[in-house]
This record gives sequence, C-alpha cells and structure tokens, in this order.
Amino acid sequence: MAANSSSDRQRAAQQRLQIIAGHLQRPTNYQPDITAAECKAQEGNPNVSNEERTVPRRRQDIMKWNGWGYSDSRFLFNKKGQAEFTGKRYRLSGMIIPGLKDWMEGTFGASLQHKAPATPILNSTAVQPATINEAFVEEVKATTIPFSVEAEDRVFRAHGHCLHEIFALREGKIGRVPDMVVWPSCHSDVVKIVELASKHNVCLIPYGGGTSVSSALECPPEETRSIVSLDTSQMNRILWIDEKNLTAHVEAGIVGQDLERLLNESGYCTGHEPDSMEFSSLGGWVATRASGMKKNIYGNIEDLVVHVKMVTPRGVIEKSCQGPRMSTGPDVHHFIMGSEGTLGVVTEVTLKIRPMPEYQKYGSVVFPNFEQGVACLREVAKQRCAPASIRLMDNEQFKFGHALKPQVSSIFTSFLDGLKKFYITKFKGFDPNRLCVATLLFEGDHEKVLQHEKQVYDIAAKFGGLAAGEDNGQRGYMLTFVIAYLRDLGMEYYVIGESFETSVPWDRVLDICRNVKARIIRECKDKGVQFPPLSTCRVTQTYDAGACVYFYFAFNYRGLSDPIHVSEQVEHAAREEILANGGSLSHHHGVGKLRKEWMRETVSDVGLGMLKSVKDYVDPNNIFGNRNLL
Amino acid sequence: MPSTYTSSGHEELDILEERRQSGDLSHALRTFSPQPYKEKPPCSASDLSKRTLESQYLQYVFKEIATESSLSMEEVKEDARLLLEEMSQNLQLGFIRLMGYTLSKVFKRLYTNIYVNMEGLNMLQQAIQESPVILMPTHRSYIDFLIISYVLFTYDIPVPVIAAGLPLAGMKLVGEILRRSGAFFIRRSIGSDKLYWAVLSEYVKTIVRTGFAPLEFFVEGLRSRTLKSVPPKLGMMHMVLEPYFKGEVFDITLVPISISYDRVLEESLLAHELLGIPKPKETTKGLFKATKVLQEDYGCMHVNFGQPLSVRELCQGKINRSQYNLTPRDLPKVLSPDVQACVIWLAHLIVRIQEEGSYISPWSLMACVLLQCPTSTLTERGMVWSELKDRTLWLKKLALRFGAHLRWPEQVSDQNVLLSMVALHHSIVAHKGDRVCLVREEVPIRKHRLSAEEEVNRTAVAMLMLASYRNQSLHIFLRPAMLATVIQVTKSTQRDELFTFFCFLKEILSNEFIFVPGKSTQDFEEACFLMKDCGAILFSPEEVTVTEAGQEVVSFLCAFIQPFIRSYQVMLDFLTEHEIKNISEKELHLAVRSFVIKLILSGELQTYEALSSDIQKNILSALRTLGVLTKFRGSKDNEYQVDKAAVKRINDILYGKLPPQLLHRTPYAKL
Repeated sequence: MAANSSSDRQRAAQQRLQIIAGHLQRPTNYQPDITAAECKAQEGNPNVSNEERTVPRRRQDIMKWNGWGYSDSRFLFNKKGQAEFTGKRYRLSGMIIPGLKDWMEGTFGASLQHKAPATPILNSTAVQPATINEAFVEEVKATTIPFSVEAEDRVFRAHGHCLHEIFALREGKIGRVPDMVVWPSCHSDVVKIVELASKHNVCLIPYGGGTSVSSALECPPEETRSIVSLDTSQMNRILWIDEKNLTAHVEAGIVGQDLERLLNESGYCTGHEPDSMEFSSLGGWVATRASGMKKNIYGNIEDLVVHVKMVTPRGVIEKSCQGPRMSTGPDVHHFIMGSEGTLGVVTEVTLKIRPMPEYQKYGSVVFPNFEQGVACLREVAKQRCAPASIRLMDNEQFKFGHALKPQVSSIFTSFLDGLKKFYITKFKGFDPNRLCVATLLFEGDHEKVLQHEKQVYDIAAKFGGLAAGEDNGQRGYMLTFVIAYLRDLGMEYYVIGESFETSVPWDRVLDICRNVKARIIRECKDKGVQFPPLSTCRVTQTYDAGACVYFYFAFNYRGLSDPIHVSEQVEHAAREEILANGGSLSHHHGVGKLRKEWMRETVSDVGLGMLKSVKDYVDPNNIFGNRNLL
Repeated sequence: MPSTYTSSGHEELDILEERRQSGDLSHALRTFSPQPYKEKPPCSASDLSKRTLESQYLQYVFKEIATESSLSMEEVKEDARLLLEEMSQNLQLGFIRLMGYTLSKVFKRLYTNIYVNMEGLNMLQQAIQESPVILMPTHRSYIDFLIISYVLFTYDIPVPVIAAGLPLAGMKLVGEILRRSGAFFIRRSIGSDKLYWAVLSEYVKTIVRTGFAPLEFFVEGLRSRTLKSVPPKLGMMHMVLEPYFKGEVFDITLVPISISYDRVLEESLLAHELLGIPKPKETTKGLFKATKVLQEDYGCMHVNFGQPLSVRELCQGKINRSQYNLTPRDLPKVLSPDVQACVIWLAHLIVRIQEEGSYISPWSLMACVLLQCPTSTLTERGMVWSELKDRTLWLKKLALRFGAHLRWPEQVSDQNVLLSMVALHHSIVAHKGDRVCLVREEVPIRKHRLSAEEEVNRTAVAMLMLASYRNQSLHIFLRPAMLATVIQVTKSTQRDELFTFFCFLKEILSNEFIFVPGKSTQDFEEACFLMKDCGAILFSPEEVTVTEAGQEVVSFLCAFIQPFIRSYQVMLDFLTEHEIKNISEKELHLAVRSFVIKLILSGELQTYEALSSDIQKNILSALRTLGVLTKFRGSKDNEYQVDKAAVKRINDILYGKLPPQLLHRTPYAKL
C-alpha cells in the first residue's frame, strides 16, 4: 500500500512538473489566439458569453491520458481498504463507498492484494515519429491556425474509450497515432484546413470529445499519408439564441456540459443528455446519431437538429432555410448524421432549445423480477406516458448500484434502509436475487410532474412494482456517469469490462436480455475465464415499437495470457447473439471500425452501395480517411 | 469403445439392489426436492394450459381457421380448449409416489437388475438447471414409458412430462394415473387437422419455453416392432427445437437415452403383429390379462443416459436465427429449408446416438449366429451347441472390435453365460442334448393337423422373434455388412464402384435402417475402417481388397444382412410380376404374404423375414421416395401406381445384373 501511494505521489508530482514546464516553454508552434479573435469578429457579436472553457487544447492538463475523465477524479482503495472517490467535482467525490470492496471481491473474485498498475507516464520514445507533410504544414502555419506535433497531443487523439484502447495505453503500448493536431477556431478555419488537406493529400480525422466507443478514432494502421487530427474543441461558442423560434446556433466543438450550462444561463436547455455529456461534443453527437437520456421529452439528436453545416472536400453542405420539416427528397441531414467523420467535419449546428424545466424529480420502482419490469415499461410506452427517463436495471445491476451507496452518516438513515429492505424482501416476499429496479426522472411543471408520477406509479403497481424512493433513482443515474471511472478502478485489480447496446422490438426484449447475458457467460467460460463474469443489462430507452438495451460485462482476467483478445471475442459473440435475436447493430454508439463487419447484413448490399456512392462523390480521395462505417 | 459393463470405468448402478434391501413405501414417500430449471419460477399444469390457449400464435391460428370455416372465433377457441383438455398432463407428486411404489414392486418381479449409468445421470442433473431438457429415450417396450420417471424420481431429479399416444388415455383409471404422472396425450393420426397441430405444437413449445419440466418423447414415434431403430418422426422434433430457433430460450439440451433389454416383455406379441395379427386395443382389462406375462423372468435392463447435447452447439452454422427477425415470431409460417434440413439431421443424429449408446446382450449375438443356420435345421434337429458357442464367441470378438457396448458377465464362464441366455429365452429356443433348437408355439389341442401355411406361420413367429434380437446388434454390423455385400455383389475392388453401389444400397434401405442424411461418405469410410481394423480388408485411395483371413468376416457379414436384401428382392419381384393397380394397402400385404409363403413352401426362399409387414412397408416407402411408386388416396383406400421398368431396374442392380445408378430421391416431405 505504502509503495503504491508513494508511486501515486510521484506520478502526481511528475504531472505537475509537466504542466509547469508546459506553461514555461510554450511550443513554438503555438500561436496566440489571434485567429480565434478574427473568427469572432467575422461572426459579429455573439450574444452569449463564452468565458469558461472546459476543454483546453492541452487536454492532458486536466484529463487522464490513459483513463476516463478528469485527472483529479478517480476511485481508489484507501489505507483502510475502503473504496473512495477523489476530487470535488461529483456528488460522490470525497465519499467513502463501503460496499464496493466486498462487491468487487464477491462478483469478480478480485483481491486488493493483486494489482495491475498502469504505466504512469507516457513514454514519448514509444510513439512513432510523425510523418510530416511539409508543404501542408507550411501552408497551415501561414493560416495561423494553431497546431502541434507533440507526442502527448497526438497520443491523446489516437483513441476513444474502448477497452482495448485504454488497456493498451495503460500498458504503455502506442500504435499508429495522428502525426499532427490542428485546432480550428471557427467554420472558416475548418474550410481552410480541409482545402489544404485536399490540396496536399493529407488524411483528416475529426476529433470532438474523444468519447467514442467504436474504435472510430483509431488511425487506420495501413494509412501511409500524414494523418492530421482535427480537434474541434476550440469551436465552442453559442453563436446566437433565437427566442422566437426556440433555436440556438452553436459551434460543433462545444461539449455537452458547456452547452447545457451556457444555455441554462439564458434560461434554456437542449435536454440532450447522453451519458458522456461531460466530454462529448455536439459535432460528435451529430456524426454518430447520439441519443440522450431524456429523449422522451426532448428527442434524440435527429429530432433536435434544425440545421447543420458540414465542411467536406467537395465544399460546404447545408440547407437553405430552417423550415421545421421539408419534403425535398431524402433528407440530406441524414447523410451527415451518422457519417462518423467519413464525409467531413460538422462545424455549426442549429438546435431546438426549451425553457428550463420548472421541476425535476427522481424516482424508483422495485419489481419482483425482470419480466414484470419489462412488462411495465412496455405498458408505459404503450400509453405513451414515459417520464423524461425510465430505465430498468436487472438484478445484477441493482446489486451493483447498491454497492455504490456512499457511507451514511446517521444511524437513522441506515435504520430506514434496513426497514425498507425488510419490507420488500420479507413482507412483500421479493426474492433479493430476482428483484430488479426501474429508475425514473420526471421533468416539467411541478403539478404536472406530480400527476405524471402518479400515473406511472399506478401502472407500475399493476405489475407488482413498489415505489422505492428518490434516492435509489438518483443513484441509478449516477452509476452511468461513474461507470467509466469504475472501469479504471477495475483495471487496477485485474478486472476488465466493456459496455455495448442495441435496440430491439418489444416482444424481443426479454429474450435478447436473457440470451445475450447467457452467451457472455458461456463464452467467458469457453475462453478460459476463471471466474464467472459480471453480465448485466438494463433497458434504457423506450419507444413505441421497441426499446434500447444496454449491456455491461466484466471479468477477472487473472490467468489469461491475452485478456483483451478474450474480451473482444466475447463482445463479438455477444453482438452476433444480438443480431440473431433481432437486435440492431447499434442504437447510439455507432459503428466505427468495431462493428463495420456487420454493416452489409445490417443495411443490405444496395444500402451499403448507396452509402459508398455518397462517400465516393463527397470525398473521392478519401481525405476523411478514418475508415469508419464502410 | 469396446467395453463390458463391469470392466468399463463408468459407474453402473443397479437401482433394484437398494429396492431389494429397503422398503418400497419409504422409497415412495421419500423427500423429493429436485433442483429445477433456474430461469423460471414453477407454474402449475393449469397455468400451462391457460398460457397455451392465450398465446399470440393460437390467436393467429384461430382467426385463420375462423376465416376459412364458418365457425366463429369463440367456437374455434372452444374447440381448441377441448383439444387441450384431452391432451394436457396433470403432473402431481402424489401420483409420482404412487407410480414409484407400484413400479418398485413390478420391476423387482420382472427384472434381475436395472442398471443406470450414474455419470449420465449426474450430467443430466446439471443440465436440468441450465436449460430446458428434452429426454429422448428409445422405444422398444411399454416399460420405456415410465422407467425414466422412476429413475429420475429415485435420484431427486425433476420428473418429466411425457408425450404418449392417445389410446393410452382411453384406458380406464390407468389413463388418468398416467396423466397425473405427467403423460400428455397425442392423437395417432393428426393428418391435416390444422387446429390440432397448432394446439399441440403451442402446448409443447410452452412446456419448453417455460422449462415447466423436462419433456420426454420418443423421437421414433412408435414402439419399434422389430427392436431396431425406427426412422424418426419430425413434427414433434421441430416443435421442441423451435423455441431455440426463435430465440425464446438460450439453449435446449437433448439427452438421448438408450434403454436396452435382455428380453422384451412384448416379444411374441410383436412377432404376431408383424405377421399381420393386429395389435389388441389398449384396455385396462388387457393390462390385467397381461399380468400373466409378469410371472416371467426378463433378465436385466440397461438405462444409459447419453451425454447431454446442446442444441445451440449442434445447430451452429446450420440455422440462421435472424430469419425470424422481420415478421412476428408468433405468425404461423412455412418452415424454411435450413430449418427443415436441420430438424431432419438432428432427429437422425439422435437415433444414431441412441443406437451407439445401447447395450447388447450375448443373446443378441447368439441370435445372429442362429439365424445363419438353415431354418429347417433349427426347427428339426437344432444347431450343435459347441458350434453355436464357438461362433458366438468368435462374433463377440468381432463385435467388440466394431465398438459394441456388450454386456457380458465376467465372473461367469462363457459356457454358463450362454446357457443362462438360452434359459432366459426359453420361449424361443430350447437346449436339447447337445443341440439348440427353435421353440415353436404349441399346436392347439383341438387341431390335429395344421395346414402348410399355418406351419409356415408357426415357424415365422419364432424366426421373427429371433430376428428381433439380432436387430439389437444391427447398428454394430450394419455398415461393414453393407460393404461386404457390395464387395460380394459387384465383385469389384475399385473403390469408386464400391462407393456408388454402397450409396445405391443406402438409398434402397433408407427406410429400413437409420442413416444420418448427407453422411454417405462417412458411412462408407466407417465401414472400410472397421473392416480394415479387424483385418478383413486392405484399402488404398483407389482399391479395396479382401484379405485371405477376411473371408470369414465377409461371409458372416453378407449372411448377416442377407435376410433384408433377400426380402427386398422378393418384394421387388412381386411388384414386377403382379398388377397392383387398384388395390388397398391391406390387400397388397395379403397378396405379398401369399406370394412369399408360396416361395417358402416351394423351397425357393428360406427367408421368413420376407413375411414381416414392417419390411414390406419399408420398401414401399423407399420406392415412394425414389419416385418409383405413387400412392393415391383412393375413394375408400390407398391405391398404387408402379413404374415397373424402374422397379425391375432396381431389382437387377440389387441382383448385380446391372451396374448401379445414382437414384433420384425426392426431397423429404414437409414436416
């Protein structure tokens, strides 16, 4: 333990030193933000303030280079062997989580004695030297758009957050990375960069929040041209808000939390809250067809987008007006949404906005078993009375959520908890190994929320559901925000895990949940995983004709020579199982390179041909060469 | 794997042993708390019927039927409810206990031992918790019906619901007891009764989907009259598999079970049936009459639980499960070719595995030897004991070489083993002096003289019984015997030629024996390998030659399968020589019988098996699948149309007068 904390301290000290060094010797490539100022001038006076930026150009200053999220926030086991979440950013920050250790040991057979520490700092010599296209660099310099060829900047943009990507970083293994990073500040910067890239035959890979879980950001190893990562993070302003039509025009690099915070300042919100919203960007949402937790009220990204501007090697594509619906042939927005960076860069988006809700209320319902829970969600969807969010966690995930309960200070609360548990398991006869919980989030007018709440609880009661309090609900949502931090903790102790999702018709929901979970368990066993894996799912979205199901699986990889290969095989098998059971290839994660092999069967030969012909027209020289999707 | 039951590493327990030492009542009243299927909480028998009736699939079917007929939805639904009432089981623990008590008494009286392989039972116990389990026993005797439940009850494993023929339900009291012991009843001929099919299939599928209890059914459909495997029935097989195909369960486990008997309770009844004396209707009175049968000794019985098979693994790459993605899964739909092929393949595979798992007794080998002795010798002077013994021991070696599971008591001398077999089968053979001869039914006292035809029948009963016991080891020798026949008929050494004839023979005999579809090459290679292994042949990629020492094996094997070949030739002769244009099935069989009897009496034919209605049926079906014979549904009975030239051609090939041709086979009829 002592050795660990000293290495932690060492790491922190080294990081600090780097930051200071960074401040002292700004690389010569960095230019002052003159161009950015020019951009602002071009656009006229933006009526929204934009002082705080969450994402700096040097992401590594505030974020982990080999894990999820902020450097200051992470799970660890303290000297007493209790789990703790560091930092000050989250509700859970600074809290002790007493149940986590037992849960980890019990679920995975993991032990605090067996650690698998990560490589603490990036070894720049492990990074391939950059393939520089001199002529391109010269011309970029002339535009004064900032860029970098530093190893740290390049490595940070060479990955998303798939397990294999993070695992490799932790082991200090670096594959093909971009040769250069550019930071355009506005639409016209992007136009210039794309023109230059086309002129000099340079491969461009757009980079937004870097939260991809589809291998979409991985540089194709076969790419011989210079690869330039186009980081949109500095294009992060709200350009205008139209209160008459309730729309906002926003630069595509803005990350979810900034967009929401800034709009809130003006009394509005988009209501688009994907689980990654702290870090994922508006452009990324558009490019991957993102879905937000509260889509029942606000809609998914395709419902929110009114207008998009995208820069392609052929030029800029955009519609001529902001009509709310058009019958003008196939909607060209649908070539853009889900194009995953293969056609161009989304630079500006006009989005629907809503006045901020007056009232928000969490809730939860316990069901005797998963079947009853699904039946209830189906009924809620049928009556079209779904709250802003309704999710159903299975028994394993319920227990997982329970393990994340922070230490309670008062004896009274723990007494109440005990009483609640007694009531549900003993008095109501719910089997603790079968029961499952639905988490709810209501939004709107105070009165309507209460009315709505009653309606939903009444339906739940018909399916044997018991209201189980706001606290359980809120913790359920917290789980999705901290899950990626938890994965980093797991990796410290030989536990690796991944998540994936699908959408499926209602009558298939139970079957797909059962079969995919069972397939994961069987595959793990066949592949020599020593302990039974965690294999769990939740129904996260409801639609008229079906639902979105989200799976987690994780296992203790001690004794395996190539754990990542095993994990990939298991995920592959699970996806095959999903497709065989009538599930889709993806509900909102996208295809990237991870799921590309199934595109043909997913959209048919002709469908794939259509997409290819669009690509061939828009980008004949494959400037946007991330090779996603097709 | 050549092994005898004592020397093999597997633990075989005699479940009667304990029953003989402790009370049957305490066995019947023991605590029964099996580990059930983990996925679903238990539901009651009436829940099961309710779910079936309310299923979306049946709603679709009701609507279809209501549209086609003049009935209202309500009327159709009521019909379905009545069908379900007739069909459904009502499994109750109390009746399982009652059954356990009764069977303990009965089994102890009938059998000296009932061996069960513990390893298989342990695997089954495990499998039952994991996924819905389908128990698939062989069907050679009525005893098969309850033995599995009895064993599972004894070992604290959930007792199954069992698919049974409807006539059993008609038996007073017994029908109801069976129902409450878990039997559900299926009509014998469903034909094109759409509603019945739908209700049955939904009922079966609901049992599988809910994991209500293990489901037991006889894939062969009917009890085998000849003790050899019967080509599997596909309808039930498909119903059972469909929940997996449609993703309604993660997996289904199939457990082939081979039940082997030293001596079959119904032996003489079966022989009579094969000769055209119809089976008596199943009545309770009949059952009590049968108690006479219960005074006899039936030796031992062997229940071999096979390795549980995962349908998921078996169907890997054979079924595209996403074919159900674009329509509601409950919608009645025509089966796709891959599903049909897979069901056919799996059903045959299971029967083959059942064969491999069955145990053969020394008596079966003796039957093989006895049948190769001229019938007249057998009936008159008898076979010399020492010759019978030597030949049987020689055959024992060959059988073990071919991988038979042979049950040969080891602590006893060979002489005594064989003697005990003769004693056990006193209804068929008798030991007189130094000879063994065939026992024929006693002539009724009031009759002084039997007609020649009656004499033939008398011999035939004994011969068919003997043939049935030979059939127990049929699967051991079949493939090498076909190869030996092919070698003998073609007199060729060219592997290609032999293979072509082998395939021809397989086509002709496809209703007689069980071949897994599409595995001709493997069957041929297996035959070559076994023959080579016992030193009978040498083979290279081009040639197959019989060794000097192999002559004995080859001639034994040819003689082994000869009764079948000869019967087929006779039947084909009959079809070429006779006009059977407007003839009912029954009349046809009678005509064939008198034709065969004439040949036997004239001394032209020695093969009494040609009289078996089973063989006659099988060849007619084979000719039908080959498109040589067509069966019409006539005004009152079936009518046939025969392509005589084609029949003659087949017969000429079989006699070796013509080179074999590839036969064109019509695809399997719809399931």
